[in-house]
Amino acid sequence: MSEVIKEFGAVSAEEMSINMGPQHPSTHGVLRLKIQTDGEIISKIEPVIGYLHRCFEKHCENLTYEQIIPFTDRCDYIAAMHMNHAYVLGVEKLMEIEIPERVEYIRVIVGELQRIASHLLALGTFGLDLGAITPFTWMFRDRERILDLFESLCGARLLYNYIWVGGISHDLPKDFIKRTKEFVDYFEPQIDEYNGLLTENKIFIERTADVGVIPPEVAINFGLTGPQLRGSGVNWDLRKNEPYSVYDKFDFDVAVGDGRMGTVGDCWDRYYVKVIEMWESIKILRQALANIPDGDVKEGIPKKIRPAAGEVYSRFESARGEVGYYIMSNGKPKPFRVKMRSPAFCNLSIISEIGEGWMISDVVAILGSLDIVLGEIDR
Amino acid sequence: MKFKEIIKLLEIRCPGGSAPIEEREAVLVQPDKWLEIAQILKDDPDLTLDSLMCLSGYDKGDGENLGVAYNFHSMSKLHKLEIRIEVSIENPIIPSISQIWKTADWHEREAYDMIGIQFDGHPNLQRMLLPDDWVGHPLRKDYETPESYHDLTIPKDKTYWE
Repeated sequence: MSEVIKEFGAVSAEEMSINMGPQHPSTHGVLRLKIQTDGEIISKIEPVIGYLHRCFEKHCENLTYEQIIPFTDRCDYIAAMHMNHAYVLGVEKLMEIEIPERVEYIRVIVGELQRIASHLLALGTFGLDLGAITPFTWMFRDRERILDLFESLCGARLLYNYIWVGGISHDLPKDFIKRTKEFVDYFEPQIDEYNGLLTENKIFIERTADVGVIPPEVAINFGLTGPQLRGSGVNWDLRKNEPYSVYDKFDFDVAVGDGRMGTVGDCWDRYYVKVIEMWESIKILRQALANIPDGDVKEGIPKKIRPAAGEVYSRFESARGEVGYYIMSNGKPKPFRVKMRSPAFCNLSIISEIGEGWMISDVVAILGSLDIVLGEIDR
Repeated sequence: MKFKEIIKLLEIRCPGGSAPIEEREAVLVQPDKWLEIAQILKDDPDLTLDSLMCLSGYDKGDGENLGVAYNFHSMSKLHKLEIRIEVSIENPIIPSISQIWKTADWHEREAYDMIGIQFDGHPNLQRMLLPDDWVGHPLRKDYETPESYHDLTIPKDKTYWE
């Protein structure tokens, strides 16, 4: 033994470089993580993105304002309604047009349904990453019902092109409100089932509590938004703090992480905030479905979309956080410059800060809790 | 804080570094004073603009200037501010603020990638979305799509575009 030490010197672990992705089931798309590890412990982690880059912003400069809407669908294909709404909100702000109240209510209803659908996918795949397969199938079963509702609404299940500048493409079908009410009544008790199955699961808590803690000031500095920011205990929701559409008419609470299972800002908090948000979305849905006014949904659609010269920055709370559109117009039918501030882009950037010192299996948990969609990061 | 008060405060703390763009409610900042002003925006107790919402690079389209628009927001004071910096296209250098707001790190890389603005002092100014060996900056108004990339011919069929 002593001869071996003489020969090789003291035992030292050599650093190893590992590529996680671009084709890896737990990176939720084509994301590549360059990881330096010392044994199983990560010493450096660097995300490489751009594999899904589709020149969204370049396309925007060659398309008219209304032609851009289908492209926004493809940015965040998990929450396409939110992407439509976020972009349309920017153009409407630029043009200063009034929206009929029925349209705003319908936008809120589809937006909250979409939020539930998106969170179901996020939570389900998060469990799947950590080895829990049943919750995933249960959540997809319920997400399917929301997609069926959207299908009856506009014919599409994933990429809707539903929300237009000044209005929406189709009015609600005859029994949509009744079916949505039935869905809401069916879905609310389901959340308790998920909690029993996954949220309070001992193994799940062991894997996520106290892992990947993001302190609130770090979260703000890195530009985290949405459930990822609220998981760190920051009470910030654009629906509440800067209400757009008709969100100021509804009574709901902002879900904030409280460190129930470990520290504030750990993976479990980021997970549980999304669970609470589904309850809050149901609250909003019930109020919106009960109070939706009558009216013509197409009367607000302008004949010609040609905003005056100027620029605008609009913010929208999507399922992943703040979607911002910085739109510059020079008075022509095509925008001069469109910049999309993608929430998952900012959310992912924090992984090199908090990923260090954890094991590779924990990075899977951190990545899952950040809830990224690569279509939106790469644009 | 109202926009006018912010302008006044900036004029007192850093004279000559900024000028308001009145009709836009934005402030145009000189590139050489930017780091100093950025620190004031972050640290001044009346401003505390702790959140950088968005950083958008743009080409002004006149063949002379490139610009960056920064949209700031204060989580505690609830006010917003837009900062503009414009530099000449021959020498597009802007100091990096990625050490002050970490959000700027990736956004500056993206602006470098797309517009070709050099962010002085950025720790890792590489292309973000495009491949490392890509030539040119696509969001410049005078950008021309290359004929080919690694022996792949890029089709120029515009049938469905125009």
